[in-house]
Amino acid sequence: MNWGSLHEFLAMGGYALYVWGSYAVTALCIGLELWLLARRARRARSGT
Amino acid sequence: MTIDSDSLDDETSGRGSALLRFAAPQAFFPLAGRMLAWFGALAAAFAAAGLYVSFFVAPTDAQQGESYRIIFIHVAAAWMSMFLYVVMAGWAALGLVLSTRLSGMMASAIAPTGAMFTFIALWSGALWGKPTWGAWWVWDARLTSELILLFLYFGFIALTSAIDDPRRADRAGAVLAIVGVINVPIIYFSVKWWNTLHQGASVSLTQAPSMAATMLTGMLLMALAAWMYSFAAALWRVRSIILERERDADWVRGLRGVQ
Repeated sequence: MNWGSLHEFLAMGGYALYVWGSYAVTALCIGLELWLLARRARRARSGT
Repeated sequence: MTIDSDSLDDETSGRGSALLRFAAPQAFFPLAGRMLAWFGALAAAFAAAGLYVSFFVAPTDAQQGESYRIIFIHVAAAWMSMFLYVVMAGWAALGLVLSTRLSGMMASAIAPTGAMFTFIALWSGALWGKPTWGAWWVWDARLTSELILLFLYFGFIALTSAIDDPRRADRAGAVLAIVGVINVPIIYFSVKWWNTLHQGASVSLTQAPSMAATMLTGMLLMALAAWMYSFAAALWRVRSIILERERDADWVRGLRGVQ
């Protein structure tokens, strides 16, 4: 275990912007792609 | 459909004919659905394990502190960006040679996911470059060739969606994809061929990895998660592409309950 507290975990040793900026944008990209995939699948099924 | 596979059974032995049967979009559609569920579940499992190891098991880096934790998505995304391009070009080439309909559909299904991972590799690289190099971006051989990879994906997507006839779109896209493959070894070897700011490979086939075992475990788990996710995403997309392109076929109309 590397972190003494939640605050310490979120602070990422002062690199919070860089570390969480990378992970958050990755999560956003994947979320967006899954949403687009679901929408396309729905439209392809209904034939519109 | 049945006539094809029956006549092929005479010439090819079991496994070969089974593979050829699945080259038909109609037969591949349900198979892709089953595989997509498995790959999706594996992606979630590997991502959970990978994130746990990346944040709670892997130690703080002696030189870079916590900023190095970007590596777990950066390397996975960068590997996938190159790997997916090669797979995409492989399907495209197969489509050119064999003229199978499914090949072009697979190439089109992979491109957006490949572009997404290329973007993530560049984005996480910028966020890693700022604290370690002091710059978001440098025109270094590794970074520049990775940016070219992103433009190749965009070019492929733009070209194939600009041509109305799917078969012609597939062929035009295939030529672009195959020519662009030359960029992949350039990205991979750029850190050796040029004097780059980007560090060399942390993991190679010929040398022991230059990092702690738990860091390596986290990286490999995240890479596996990215791999499984890519397969799931491409299979999900190809199912939609199959339905879109075959929308007037009886089996698709039957699927929609039109008949």
